[in-house]
Amino acid sequence: MTPNSPMDEEAIRRMTRMTRRGFAIGGVAAVTGFAGWSWLNSRESAEGLPWPFRRAHEANEAVGRGLYTERLAQEHAPSAAAEPRVNGLIGWRDTGEDGEYRFRPHPAAAEWVLTVTRPDWTALRQIPLAALTALPRVESVTELKCVEGWSQIVQWGGVRFADFLRTFDLLPPEGSPLKYLQLLSPASPLPGVNSDSQPPRYTSALDLPSALHPQTLLCDSMNGEPLTKAHGAPIRLVLPIKYGIKNIKWLSEIRFSANKPTDYWTQRGYDWYAGL
Amino acid sequence: MSVTLKAKHPRLVRYTHWMNGPVLLIMIWSGLLIYWASDTEADSYKIRLGGWVLIQFFPEWFYETLGLGSQLAKGMAWHFFFMWFFLINGILYTSYTFLSGEWRDLIPNRRTPRQALQTVLHDLKIRKAPPEQDGKFNGAQRLAYTGVIGMGIGSIVTGLAIWKPVQLGWITWLLGGYQWARAEHFALMIGYVLFFVIHISQVIRAGWNNFRAMVTGYELVSTIPSHPTAGEVKS
Repeated sequence: MTPNSPMDEEAIRRMTRMTRRGFAIGGVAAVTGFAGWSWLNSRESAEGLPWPFRRAHEANEAVGRGLYTERLAQEHAPSAAAEPRVNGLIGWRDTGEDGEYRFRPHPAAAEWVLTVTRPDWTALRQIPLAALTALPRVESVTELKCVEGWSQIVQWGGVRFADFLRTFDLLPPEGSPLKYLQLLSPASPLPGVNSDSQPPRYTSALDLPSALHPQTLLCDSMNGEPLTKAHGAPIRLVLPIKYGIKNIKWLSEIRFSANKPTDYWTQRGYDWYAGL
Repeated sequence: MSVTLKAKHPRLVRYTHWMNGPVLLIMIWSGLLIYWASDTEADSYKIRLGGWVLIQFFPEWFYETLGLGSQLAKGMAWHFFFMWFFLINGILYTSYTFLSGEWRDLIPNRRTPRQALQTVLHDLKIRKAPPEQDGKFNGAQRLAYTGVIGMGIGSIVTGLAIWKPVQLGWITWLLGGYQWARAEHFALMIGYVLFFVIHISQVIRAGWNNFRAMVTGYELVSTIPSHPTAGEVKS
């Protein structure tokens, strides 16, 4: 646009000034953005993530806990159920130092016990699987959701974890600071590997409310059939209110704790809460 | 004729507009890191025509070129952090647009379909005259900008349905279930990419004065004064 008068020239001058100013602000913002990006990426790691991301997961956990009620996950028709993919064998089939897969010799199903520990106990409790027959059986058809994005409707059979904890008097008393559980796969050592370089056991940590949710089950059957070893036989945990990574297979040990315990996938950069 | 400055985009609109670019880019990038983890033959999204797969999301070279593979935990960490910036920025923009009355220049009206058609015909070089202006925008712009705000709301709603499919299970249910919500969330992302391509090409076509308005807030306009002052040179 060509100026025709001093007023026009003034308008054009003002526009030029504002444009320069706008680009200067944009430049500063872009530099700040890149600085922020590299700052975020270079922060000290908190379990596999730069710590600001760990804090963000924790802030989201607070939101998730705020939203939390014992609302049930949708139950589906058994006809919609199918076998989910076998996505994780960690805790049974593990890798030795040589990078070769090996299987841990798990206890036989007949000898399987659930070991429960609590810091306020002097002795651990050991509950054989046979004792679970005393509890009411439940069938639940829910959608198993993987962090990877896939999901599968599965019919699970077993007993409520809450019933198990209450019936065997394992639950900490009301008001106890023991608000967390760490669940572990068997300690059976991986053959051919030194005791000091054993791969970690599979672990899944839970907040107490999630553990007590009515659809949180100790499962021994899937789609009407006994659970297969690859899916966690003889006993696994299933909770449709958490991602699959929390649904531990080959459950062997339960530890109550006052402090938030870590677990296998949290240590590898995933969200601890993983609540749906 | 004289040249004057005319206010076009308020400051808050400009700031949230520019802020949305990098935030949305981070959301798309981190979303792709997540999507990669389930991109199996059975689970990947495809556009089919009859028995033919027209487009598969995505071929292997796509992930390799952009370095998107094997970073699920990182993708989730970025996505579930920056979603808050996307949400806050969106709330700032929409509430300002609503409260300031700017929405009047944005939402479609009864002239919009005709003008949008004019834009398409003009861009296809079928119609010579440029589309009519309707306030700050023309009909095609009103449709596109209102649409993209709707898409933003859609991303938040489908995102909530995926994030908390049990606690907010009613949203997931309304969207057709968990896997439908995922597909809708993904489709909206593709929508942003298409919007971006058209937006950028239209901004280039519209020229510097239009672009500069999103930087400064003002456009330079030629006006014919109603009371010509003495000494003014007519051009």
